[in-house]
Amino acid sequence: MISVTKPGLHDTVQDLGRYGYQKHGVVAGGAMDSFSHRIANMLVGNDETAATLEITLIGPSLLFEEDAVIAIGGGDLLPMMADMLVPMWRPVFIRKGCELRFGAARTGCRAYLAVAGGFAVPVVLGSRSTYVKAGLGGVEGRALKKGDVLHVGKETSLVKKLKKRLPSKEPIYAAGWGIAEKHLPVLSTPYEIRVMQGKQYEWFDEESKHRFWNESFIVSSQSDRMGYRINGPLLKLNEPRELISEAVTYGSIQIPSDGNPIVLAADRQTTGGYPKIGQLSSVDFMKLAQAKAGDRLSFKEVTVEESQRLFEKRERDLKMLRAAIRVRLR
Amino acid sequence: MKYTLSPLGDQAVMIEVDTIINPSAQRKVKAIVARLDEVAPSWMVECIPAYTTVTVVYAVRAFSGKGSPFEQVCQRIQEMLLCVNEVAGTEQRIVRIPVLYGGEFGPDLAFVAEHNGLTPDEVIAIHTLESYTVHMIGFAPGFPFIGGMSEKISTPRRETPRLKIPARSVGIAGMQTGVYPIETPGGWQLIGRTPIELFLPDEHPPSLLAPGDKIYFYEITNEEYEDLRGDVE
Repeated sequence: MISVTKPGLHDTVQDLGRYGYQKHGVVAGGAMDSFSHRIANMLVGNDETAATLEITLIGPSLLFEEDAVIAIGGGDLLPMMADMLVPMWRPVFIRKGCELRFGAARTGCRAYLAVAGGFAVPVVLGSRSTYVKAGLGGVEGRALKKGDVLHVGKETSLVKKLKKRLPSKEPIYAAGWGIAEKHLPVLSTPYEIRVMQGKQYEWFDEESKHRFWNESFIVSSQSDRMGYRINGPLLKLNEPRELISEAVTYGSIQIPSDGNPIVLAADRQTTGGYPKIGQLSSVDFMKLAQAKAGDRLSFKEVTVEESQRLFEKRERDLKMLRAAIRVRLR
Repeated sequence: MKYTLSPLGDQAVMIEVDTIINPSAQRKVKAIVARLDEVAPSWMVECIPAYTTVTVVYAVRAFSGKGSPFEQVCQRIQEMLLCVNEVAGTEQRIVRIPVLYGGEFGPDLAFVAEHNGLTPDEVIAIHTLESYTVHMIGFAPGFPFIGGMSEKISTPRRETPRLKIPARSVGIAGMQTGVYPIETPGGWQLIGRTPIELFLPDEHPPSLLAPGDKIYFYEITNEEYEDLRGDVE
């Protein structure tokens, strides 16, 4: 059991999302940066679908009331134990009674805390993801607050094994290995994000199309799990046109009539009525998820085929990483 | 059946059957969804119907053959839709929605009446007289896009949207009427509230309404509202 001694800005339990219910208007949700979520889970021997804690900009303080094995991925929110930095991207054994404290984001925007066994919150409509607006999933459908208690799934054999192996009474013990830097996302602005043409790309005038690819945009403070408002050149249609509401997805770049793009993210609504100029490549969702207000984004054009090749390569890399981690954890 | 296929990102494809909203488009959408659900191919994650489109979310990992996953999925969809025809005149489910109009729950009823040169009672009479059709569910969990409201009570959105519209509010925006399943910000004119839930997370399906449903609103009293609310809680 882990209790929240001090909440962060917006800590929510997330998994890979709630699929199968979008036809009923139910938001897919899930980890904003599923890449970091998945690797954090792998590092503690979990299935990648296990729930992690998504921690945004300023993190919480968490008291471990049982021994646990954790891994932290994503943005660096300066996780500390007593006065020691807790290393990221590797398994860390934490002894009962220790408090893990996160600070403010040094790089990126969102950290993912995985615990061996996963966070045991109820499954709602096939997922443990928190969707705050409808009060679904996670801890009572909301962000964590002081005094909340997070239960951990069944103690895994990994935790038992590591407990036995530990030589000393040290409060924490980090594995001597972790994810090599070359596998990790570079979290610095400007973020170059690969983008496909959107379904209504041809509705936009030539100048808007040109500026979309060649200029940069700044992430505004009106950005959250639902979507990012970004400011840059104003994008205009050739002529006024109304779009009939249709499905949108993570990474859809909508242009409302004021010309400022909205990039939809994990908690996007299921359908939208604004023209879409572009669509982020799935492999670059993590860059959006790690960008914070004031960061710059620029867009590089790719085709659907290229985007899917990038996706397949990413999956192959993750498969190799998974195999390598399994050997280490054995 | 005629349709076009276009990508929505690298993990979904949109099937578009028309470029205007009409009953035939709605029947085609319904037929395609029925076909997809019937075949339920293993690569399909889910499908999202809208007014004139059905979007199929697919697992890129499921495709290892020749050509890109997008090309392969388009081919599979074409094969699946070969023998699909728009279903004519399928029966419409009728759903009656109780509404407590005016008062604290319908703060804009007087404005809607004044805007249209009517009395509040006349607005209620018109709102409860017509039948409506659910075109699609989207935007928010269980939120129905409803067509068929009388022009006589059409009212523009509020100039300043409310930061919070309480769940189950019944409102009017331009030519549309609708019910908010959950609390959201919004600019609709609120004329009443229903005691019944449109979003039912513990049930299957989790939405009270479905595309194609025919709905009627009917007026209830304060007491009836409390009774029905009591049943829900």
